[in-house]
Amino acid sequence: MKRPRFTLVLNPIACDGHGVCAELLPECIRLDPWGFPIIESGDIPVELLDHAERAAASCPRMALTLVKQTS
Amino acid sequence: MSPGSPSSTARSRAGSGRPTVQPPAGAERLLSGVGANGTPVDLADHLDRWGPVPTWQGTAFLAELDTSGLRGHGGAWFPVGTKWRSVRKAGLRSPVVVANGAEGEPASGKDRVLVHQLPHLVLDGAVLAATSVGAGQVYVHVPSAAVPAVTRAIEERRRANLDPCAIEVVVAPDRFLAGQETAAVATIIGRKPATPTFVGLKPIREQGVGGRPTLVQNVESLAHAALIARFGAEWFRKVGTSESPGTVLLTVTGRWAEPRIVEAPLGVPLGEILQLGLGDARSFQGVLLGGYGGGWVTPHEALAMPLTEEAARQYGSSIGAGVVALLPTNVCPLSEVSRVVTYLEGEGAGQCGPCVNGLAVLANAMGQLAYKPNALRGGVAAIPTLCGLVEGRGACRHPDGVARFVRTALRVYGDHAALHLQRGPCHTSAQPFLPIPRTARRQGAR
Repeated sequence: MKRPRFTLVLNPIACDGHGVCAELLPECIRLDPWGFPIIESGDIPVELLDHAERAAASCPRMALTLVKQTS
Repeated sequence: MSPGSPSSTARSRAGSGRPTVQPPAGAERLLSGVGANGTPVDLADHLDRWGPVPTWQGTAFLAELDTSGLRGHGGAWFPVGTKWRSVRKAGLRSPVVVANGAEGEPASGKDRVLVHQLPHLVLDGAVLAATSVGAGQVYVHVPSAAVPAVTRAIEERRRANLDPCAIEVVVAPDRFLAGQETAAVATIIGRKPATPTFVGLKPIREQGVGGRPTLVQNVESLAHAALIARFGAEWFRKVGTSESPGTVLLTVTGRWAEPRIVEAPLGVPLGEILQLGLGDARSFQGVLLGGYGGGWVTPHEALAMPLTEEAARQYGSSIGAGVVALLPTNVCPLSEVSRVVTYLEGEGAGQCGPCVNGLAVLANAMGQLAYKPNALRGGVAAIPTLCGLVEGRGACRHPDGVARFVRTALRVYGDHAALHLQRGPCHTSAQPFLPIPRTARRQGAR
């Protein structure tokens, strides 16, 4: 059976650059010069899924979502 | 002029109805229907010129659209048949059609010609779209200046009991982003401000106006569809290329004394459309294709390239909304670029951090390159890095469009930029060339 794949989707309108996500998941998220997150493209590695979930849950603006890929 | 009036009884052989009116044979298709003096073509003259729209049963017209190969003329060049199908299949609730004539591109005027002068061709297409996707409601999204012409046309059709669906005019704000599809939906539902929204995983075609599947289609695409419904896909493909069939409306600026709306077959060399040979390449500095969300090509590239979206993309540009602007030799290209980038920064919705911050820095850097090149920290090489910081990071594609405008400008005007860094800015008293609307939030020139 194929393992499900996950990506992080950011709502750039909701995001106001708290930066919590980059602290919790520096492997996949870095901050631009203005403090807004730049998310690595592609799937979240399996071993980081817990951290990704925590990063999404910790966003004070609820701007970050961990999305299960359907295909 | 018109070869004969159709009989008053609409002919409606399902799927293959051909009116008695002859299809336009030349490269001027949509524009062949324009009336004398540019006055709006009323319903009687419209039916006289084109005949009624034949009735297509079920999904027959969607198949015809697929065969025609018509692509969206609003800027994205997405296959129209595919888009209509996706809206039709999107949900259980009845969809909504938006005929989008907002035309926020300051250098574009082709949608204005359509909605002012050929409103019935646009409305034919919008109603066709509605019946094809199962919509009961059509919104015509146009700037305030077009409202009288469109309202008159809708009234004429209502009196003639022509359409099976409701048609309503919605005034598009005079903003660069007004035609962006989520912004159009925001205008229609009355959301303030009518700025683009984040659609996430549910595109507008699945969940738009009132949560309904929503087809937002440019008015030119709809007008082409109205002719395909009458004369068929085979006729449509008689001009153009196999991937880009048919014709396109262009707004050509800088070639003749006044901007002209030109209809041309896709795929013909742009030089031919401009009536210029390769030897004329020195008479202008570069060509802006698509509009302010499009990109620059060199005079040689422009004159030799075939007019297709694919050819434009090879140069990092796009045909976009059909703008072709020839930059005259007496202006400083970097000052033109700077004015436009400052305008585009001011037209941002101000919602996404990377766009708000990035476009401000980008506009500042382009201003320095144009007027104070010594102040530009990191030199020209810093500018593409700034572009990379905004690309793909907005809820809409506005930052991507600005980045394309800047990146292509640096490629085409790279030598000029080097001159600025060596010798300082240009001192020219020439009138600014690229248009900036008076409604802009900030003035482009400093």
